[in-house]
Amino acid sequence: MKITKQEVLYVAHLSRLNIDETSIDKFSEQIGKILEYIDTLNTVDTKDIKETSHAIFLTNAFREDVESPHLNRDASLLNAPQEEDGNFVVPKVIG
Amino acid sequence: MNLYELSIGEAQNLLKKKEISSKELTKAVLDRIESLEDKIGAYITVTRDTAIKDAENSDERILKGDISPLTGIPLSIKDLICTKGIKTTCASKILESFVPPYDATVMGKLKQQGAVIVGKTNMDEFAMGSSTEHSYFKTTHNPWDKTRIPGGSSGGSAASVAANMCLGSLGSDTGGSIRQPASHCGVVGLKPTYGRVSRFGLVAFASSLDQIGPITKNVYDTAILMNAISGYDSNDSTSVPKDVPDYTLSCKQEGLKGIVVGIPKEYQSIEGIDKDVYSNIQKAIKKIENLGATLREVALPHTSYAVAVYYIIAPAEASSNLARYDGVKYGYRDFDKTTLMEMYKSTRDKGLGAEVKRRIIIGTYALSSGYYDAYYKKASQVRTLIVNDFKEAFKYCNVILSPVAPTPAFKIGEKIDDPLTMYLSDIFTLSANLSGIPAISVPCGFSSQNLPIGLQIMGNYFDEETILKVAYNFEKC
Repeated sequence: MKITKQEVLYVAHLSRLNIDETSIDKFSEQIGKILEYIDTLNTVDTKDIKETSHAIFLTNAFREDVESPHLNRDASLLNAPQEEDGNFVVPKVIG
Repeated sequence: MNLYELSIGEAQNLLKKKEISSKELTKAVLDRIESLEDKIGAYITVTRDTAIKDAENSDERILKGDISPLTGIPLSIKDLICTKGIKTTCASKILESFVPPYDATVMGKLKQQGAVIVGKTNMDEFAMGSSTEHSYFKTTHNPWDKTRIPGGSSGGSAASVAANMCLGSLGSDTGGSIRQPASHCGVVGLKPTYGRVSRFGLVAFASSLDQIGPITKNVYDTAILMNAISGYDSNDSTSVPKDVPDYTLSCKQEGLKGIVVGIPKEYQSIEGIDKDVYSNIQKAIKKIENLGATLREVALPHTSYAVAVYYIIAPAEASSNLARYDGVKYGYRDFDKTTLMEMYKSTRDKGLGAEVKRRIIIGTYALSSGYYDAYYKKASQVRTLIVNDFKEAFKYCNVILSPVAPTPAFKIGEKIDDPLTMYLSDIFTLSANLSGIPAISVPCGFSSQNLPIGLQIMGNYFDEETILKVAYNFEKC
């Protein structure tokens, strides 16, 4: 197996995802098969080849640091699952 | 002829001559949606009331002589392009009730021209898929055969155009998501050069690959929409400050004399190409030669690695982009959980579908400590080789031809449990995203089962004009 059940669960934790226990075997197998296929890349010689992160040549898009209008607070909070006094509310972080 | 059957170009002429009103046209399209939506399932949201109001406003504009190419034209929009005040769900439970407080740049451009938005179309969740089966809300059926997929991820957009449930649509293409559904539904779809169209307000999937583009009934309509949506935008730091030509002029050039057409020899040996697809593509190549173009064999030696490269890079970028769905700022939250960590994990588990989770896991794994060099770095290096293949090939030709998909539309449910097989069907479309070049899908015939087949015409960077010219001449002949 290319990736173990434990590894899938560990990566799921890193991605802040619960994975349903009943589907973990199928899930690990599917991901394992995909990773095995991706191993075909190892047959390519990439010595001294630069990586491409963007296909188009781009430089930093700088602009003047000038104040300009942005979404106001109410609009930004409009879709919040829970808000109070203009803030996002989340469950307790520190016990 | 029914009004909903009009192309954008035809409707524009009739509106200009005041032979029809936008309100009549929009109502005809909305009624068409109402009568077919149960069978096709193209739309997640239909905006009947605002559409009629927008049409009335456009009619007033037209009366005053203030008419642009899209004034009063009913369009549909893939449900991952932000529309102010209209739900934008990405076909995900996690964004089921998300109403964007702002418009994507492309929406602003369409509205400025007075286009009428009739609704938001179905798609694979967060654009991850090739069949539109990975939608939280519904399955979209191919208008040519309702037991089959419309393609994906912009399957709702392509089906809505093919079934005359709008005059044209905007989709997005990360690995073929405009071209493949256009091919399966027998319509035209263009993925512009990376950076040609602003991505501001496009919900991000894989940021180095995503582009917005048109899906339309014919090539001329694609040119009209490209004129409307292209151009630099300071809100998108990856948009390229380059002048926008008048793309409709490409549809006024007769013949293909002087055009060199590249035929990649590697594409001949790709396994699993359907015989009807193969024969229709061969016929299309012959027709293009008869139009005056010169054929030339070109080499794209790293073709067979495109799927492996893509299915590392796209999930890696997605795993980062989708970290924002955490139940805090917008979207679904699992309120049953009492600690922050439990809330994050449960919200994302319940809010995201299986394919999205699969890709987040693969992407996170490929970026994680100890695996980064083996997967992400390696894939990014092979991506460079794919880019170099195209740069080299375009030294010898103006366009490159290929099928869009190896087979016509497959049956609903056929590949849903086999993600790798589904991924492999993207072989012809992925390279244009990895290399950033523009590519169009244009109908080129039918299979023995009467399913549409699309021809892909890929062009050099920012040379949408040539692919439109080739596509237009091919469409006409």
